[in-house]
Amino acid sequence: MNTPVPPPPPEGAVAEPPVEQKDELDLTPLVPPPLVAGGDENIPLQKIDDDINRPFESFPTKRWWIAFLAVQPLALFFLVAFVYTIGVGIGSWGNNQPVGWGWAITNFVFWIGIGHAGTLISAILYLLRQKWRTAIARFAEAMTLFAVICALQFPLVHTGRPWLAAYWLLPLPNSNDIWVNFRSPLLWDVVAVSTYGLVSLLFWFTGLLPDLAIARDRAKHRVRKLVYGFLSLGWTGSNRAWQHYEKAYLLFAGLATPLVLSVHSVVSFDFAVSIVPGWHTTIFPPYFVAGAIFSGFAMVATLIIILRKYFKLEHLITKDHLDVMNRIVIATSLMVGYAYAIEFFVAWYSGSQYERFAFVNRAMGPMAVWYWMMVACNVVIPQLLWFKKIRRTIKYLYPIVLLVNLGMWLERFVIIVISLTRDYLPTSWGSFAPSWVDVGLLVGSFGLFLTLLLLFVRFLPTISIAETKAVLPGNQPNGGHHE
Amino acid sequence: MSNAAAPEATRLVGMIGFRDDPDGIITAAETVRDEGYEKWDCHTPYPVHGLDAAMGLKDTPMAYICLIAGGIGAGAAMLMQWWMSVVDYPVRIGGKPLFSWPAFVPITFEFFVLFAALATMGGLFVLCKLGRWHSPLHDTGVMEQVTSRRFGVVLQADDEKFTEDGAKALLEKAGCVDIQPLIEFVEEEA
Repeated sequence: MNTPVPPPPPEGAVAEPPVEQKDELDLTPLVPPPLVAGGDENIPLQKIDDDINRPFESFPTKRWWIAFLAVQPLALFFLVAFVYTIGVGIGSWGNNQPVGWGWAITNFVFWIGIGHAGTLISAILYLLRQKWRTAIARFAEAMTLFAVICALQFPLVHTGRPWLAAYWLLPLPNSNDIWVNFRSPLLWDVVAVSTYGLVSLLFWFTGLLPDLAIARDRAKHRVRKLVYGFLSLGWTGSNRAWQHYEKAYLLFAGLATPLVLSVHSVVSFDFAVSIVPGWHTTIFPPYFVAGAIFSGFAMVATLIIILRKYFKLEHLITKDHLDVMNRIVIATSLMVGYAYAIEFFVAWYSGSQYERFAFVNRAMGPMAVWYWMMVACNVVIPQLLWFKKIRRTIKYLYPIVLLVNLGMWLERFVIIVISLTRDYLPTSWGSFAPSWVDVGLLVGSFGLFLTLLLLFVRFLPTISIAETKAVLPGNQPNGGHHE
Repeated sequence: MSNAAAPEATRLVGMIGFRDDPDGIITAAETVRDEGYEKWDCHTPYPVHGLDAAMGLKDTPMAYICLIAGGIGAGAAMLMQWWMSVVDYPVRIGGKPLFSWPAFVPITFEFFVLFAALATMGGLFVLCKLGRWHSPLHDTGVMEQVTSRRFGVVLQADDEKFTEDGAKALLEKAGCVDIQPLIEFVEEEA
């Protein structure tokens, strides 16, 4: 009864994509939104170059300098805390017996998780032919890279003497003639995370190549031409190169997809393979991967909302993109919520008193406030995203994604620290309070991350130019329906 | 615009013509392909679907490079873990067999991905001829057009069929506009 009757299409209007509206069904929700604002119009290719290159061709604006200088104290805080830790030792942290893994490993898992959304967007959505990813893929991939760099600092500094760490992290010949233990998840972790960092870098650089060539050809200044010319490796847009390039890009996506799933699975093995109650569960790998995607998408949204506004890219990164990302946030929020619930069920069902206690302690022990904050941030508040208006209104949306970031940090804190404070032997129970060095490393890692990100938006194209051109309507032969 | 009166320090390396739409470059490529040219190329701002077939290009071997390198990586990883944990310095850990291969799988997998990715990058360098900063296109005004917005067809002068007038005629037949010779400035002999 309420089905709206579609108005007859005006003469000469191009229906793109064609919608069958002969029957009563209204299919509009199923039609993908246009990739850029303005929908069906052909955007001149030159305009895409201009829009995306403008931010890094002009001199840095006052606002960029303010942002850059504002994050420098944070980055400096990181440096101070890092150097202090190396000078004084891990004893300067809040870590103690029994909490041997405190904030550092919490931060490590947090940052690795942030990185995963980038790979999901750039690789998995590419394989699934989700064209909307084009607008945010470059930025998300850069975010991955910087998040992995931040993540790596923590295990590195946790070794106490990073310059010696290579001997117990990698199978290097040494004077004791003993090798690393390949049966340990910690070693799997080293290999997985460093492979992940390297593959992300290669994937990101491959995507950048054609855009660096555009920057080279637009460059007016000699130094600029030289630098972008060098980095673009002599790219000429030759179709003989494009042929291999496209295949290579697809292969990178195909390699990155199982890689990203393996990385967070391996990170979860660090816990799941141990015998600490609250860690030793088989649900950890999928639970960690879902959580990683959840937190990563929230972080992409947090940053990209600022980016699109600041660089005036609202027509390329539209509210439709935010809408789709929010749908993924809510889907993964439900997965994470499900994992929280099933953990409790399995603890009860296992019949193990230690498991049962670990979870009762989590929800009702002395540190329960962190647990319930986590549930509120990760499961309760994201439910607001079911409303379309909230998904598409930045002032409602922004606090939600910020809280998800907080909630996912708390999740790792709850899993790692609360489980360790009270395990098998009550005489060995303890508590945890961070020191200023812990705070410095966490807060400072945001400074490091934002510094790298600000340099990225200053010197490189934040949206893939060649890819955007290739997916826009009218830019493929025969309307994109060849063969 | 012919280079008949070009000074000695220049060399004709080819002829370029432009098409301004993706359908056009497909037709143009088919025309040149059917003429039997060997050394020629299309330059486009983004990958155009169907252009590989229109140019008559063979399939790229990239997937094989990736797979073989990945296999080598995985094999090497398993071999390394076996040699270090079973042969060179056996340590019994957790009462497990020395060759507890399921525990070696994660690292084997990561090495597959690592080797495959490095080889893909290497393959990209070799097959796309990356790292050659001296293409004659860079010194002309055409590069800026083909990376940004236009679709260029380049006939190289070192092809057997290449003559200046023939190339020009073929590009015209292919519907190209702005046809111009590509001239490289060569260093004067010492």
